[in-house]
Amino acid sequence: MAYQNIFTQVQLRGELEPGVPLGPHNDPRYGPFGFTYLMGKIGGSQIGPVYLGTLGVASLICGTIAIVIIGMNMFASVHWDPIQFVRQFFWLSLEPPPAKYGLKILPPLAEGGWWLIAGFFLTTSILLWWTRTYRRARELGMGTHVAWAFASAIWLYLVLGFIRPLAMGSWSEAVPFGIFPHLDWTAAFSIRYGNLFYNPFHALSIAFLYGSSLLFAMHGATILAVGRYGGEREIEQITDRGTASERAALFWRWTMGFNATMESIHRWAWWFAVLTTLTGGIGILLTGTVVDNWYLWAVEHHYALQYPATGVVDPATLPGAPQ
Amino acid sequence: MMRNFATKLAGLALLAPALLLAGCEIGTKTVSQAGPRGAALMQISDKSSAPKAGVVPDPPYPLTPDMLQGPKASETYQNVKVLGDLSTEEFNYTMASITNWVAPDGAVENGGCTYCHNVENMASDEKYTKVVARKMLQMTRTINSQWKPHFALSANASAGNAGVTCWTCHRGQPVPAYNWSSAVADPKTITANKHGQNTPGLQSIAYASLPYDPFTSYLEGKENIRVQATRPLPKDHVASIGSTEKTYALMMHMSTGLGVNCTYCHNTQAFGNWSESQPQRVSAWYGIRMVRDINNNYINALMGVWPANRLGPAGDPKKVVCATCHQQINKPLGGYPMLKDYPGLKGPYHSAEPAAMTPTPATPPTAATPVAAAETAKPAA
Repeated sequence: MAYQNIFTQVQLRGELEPGVPLGPHNDPRYGPFGFTYLMGKIGGSQIGPVYLGTLGVASLICGTIAIVIIGMNMFASVHWDPIQFVRQFFWLSLEPPPAKYGLKILPPLAEGGWWLIAGFFLTTSILLWWTRTYRRARELGMGTHVAWAFASAIWLYLVLGFIRPLAMGSWSEAVPFGIFPHLDWTAAFSIRYGNLFYNPFHALSIAFLYGSSLLFAMHGATILAVGRYGGEREIEQITDRGTASERAALFWRWTMGFNATMESIHRWAWWFAVLTTLTGGIGILLTGTVVDNWYLWAVEHHYALQYPATGVVDPATLPGAPQ
Repeated sequence: MMRNFATKLAGLALLAPALLLAGCEIGTKTVSQAGPRGAALMQISDKSSAPKAGVVPDPPYPLTPDMLQGPKASETYQNVKVLGDLSTEEFNYTMASITNWVAPDGAVENGGCTYCHNVENMASDEKYTKVVARKMLQMTRTINSQWKPHFALSANASAGNAGVTCWTCHRGQPVPAYNWSSAVADPKTITANKHGQNTPGLQSIAYASLPYDPFTSYLEGKENIRVQATRPLPKDHVASIGSTEKTYALMMHMSTGLGVNCTYCHNTQAFGNWSESQPQRVSAWYGIRMVRDINNNYINALMGVWPANRLGPAGDPKKVVCATCHQQINKPLGGYPMLKDYPGLKGPYHSAEPAAMTPTPATPPTAATPVAAAETAKPAA
């Protein structure tokens, strides 16, 4: 039991590993910095080297500006009281502009102007970080799977905060920056558009989300279970199946008649994760732009059940009803 | 040593979830189904944590049928503008009840008759409280006679005893405990600007970060609560997310104010759909309009009469909301037919008709007290 996995108590110590030499047109790296015992408990014990680069620095600056704007707006909203800032933190928010400003580029700062500025810097930061994940993967001769999975999450983020508000003609449709306020937005969004559970793309997104966690649990459990046979060296076992891989595959054939391979399980996981936000973004984009009431749409398409009428009549339609 | 530590850790691991669950209501629940199976259309109530219905005070003394006869209050007293159609004896009985309900002697500062009256000259309107009380009596009679649809589902409706008295809201206090006044306008800059929301600890909207003053828009103003589109595809229906959050806040108040789930009124798969809603939603619809009537035509109408300590921070009077009467119970006072003892509050008496002209409807079995006789007095429809 001396091999590294999460339950192994042995940490390797030796020469610090600087990594492959960098090609031309690269910024210098920082580190490696050394070993840490605590990080070694949950992963690799070596910290660094870090490649920050121009994109990384620009991304961090933009992200910091966005977070400072959001935080200072929240701090201002409690009249600069640090105790109230902590106490009320989960309720505080930087709100998008109210509906009356439509798509105005810069409404008054106190009425959504700061929201637009923060959103601009946050989006820039995220896109720069995406470019960085792409460039660094290429530099290491890797595939760009991480970048494209990240892009799927960015798609949902952009639909929520930028693309759909543009399509609806109002920034007020976008999500506030705040813990509870963004959850209130979610509930109000579902209510306004006739119950998002009847949005088939929302349903797909949920299926992929739950599927992702199921696949994650199945795969993680399988690899840990054959860790005693070297199962965590799964990539090598794609080409050179050892007894760990054979046992893992046999386990799933015994229990469900079919097994993913050491390679395909990672494609399953990647696609489930990517499709969660991809389908979710489509569902949000269609809401209000193409469909105004998902429940009525679902009834019309025999996708939802219309329950028997209770006999209740809208009193506003009765003659002489008060207004 | 190590084992000891592990035992403590295991104990903590067992205790932690229990502590986390302490926010839940652990007692036995009663569940009643209100719609088709499998749609979760049910009311869940936890008996141990449910608010208790308030006590109903006894009448000051029995109101006997012969007390309804005799000279009218308007003939006996001066400056009686609302209850002049009551007999003098019923008038005195009603005054004694109102004192108990709103400003009881001893329990309230300056309580008793003098809370409203100058005892040297009972007819004088010099105290503002008397002017307010007169308006409130007009309001009570309007609620009981003109807003019957709000009480249509009450078990007391058929006997004509569904409605309110001063006690329903006041409960022995000059100002009812559950009231609201408009929020102060947001500042122009970001400092101390919550945009009318994002503030914890406001029980009126269930501690959410939702807009904290939905009442000015919907219970004083007539803004449209119907944010959901009635067609599947977009056409001309406009409702912003912001206005949806405001209606959500109002509904949270109604839910907590009445101690009911969403499904008490709605089929939550389609909140806006009337044909799948419960009959209670109709009561609520009339209730919202009734509250608007109360706030605009009775409470705001007294603007200029209210002293500064009866106004909210924005300078408007303290107004009525669902919880003012309901006080977290779907039937105020547990549905007790209090009005049976106070026929003079049901609405204006027919001036030309003596009492006992209209046939008395069957009183429900619960109303067994001396008041059956009072039933003979019918308010105007």
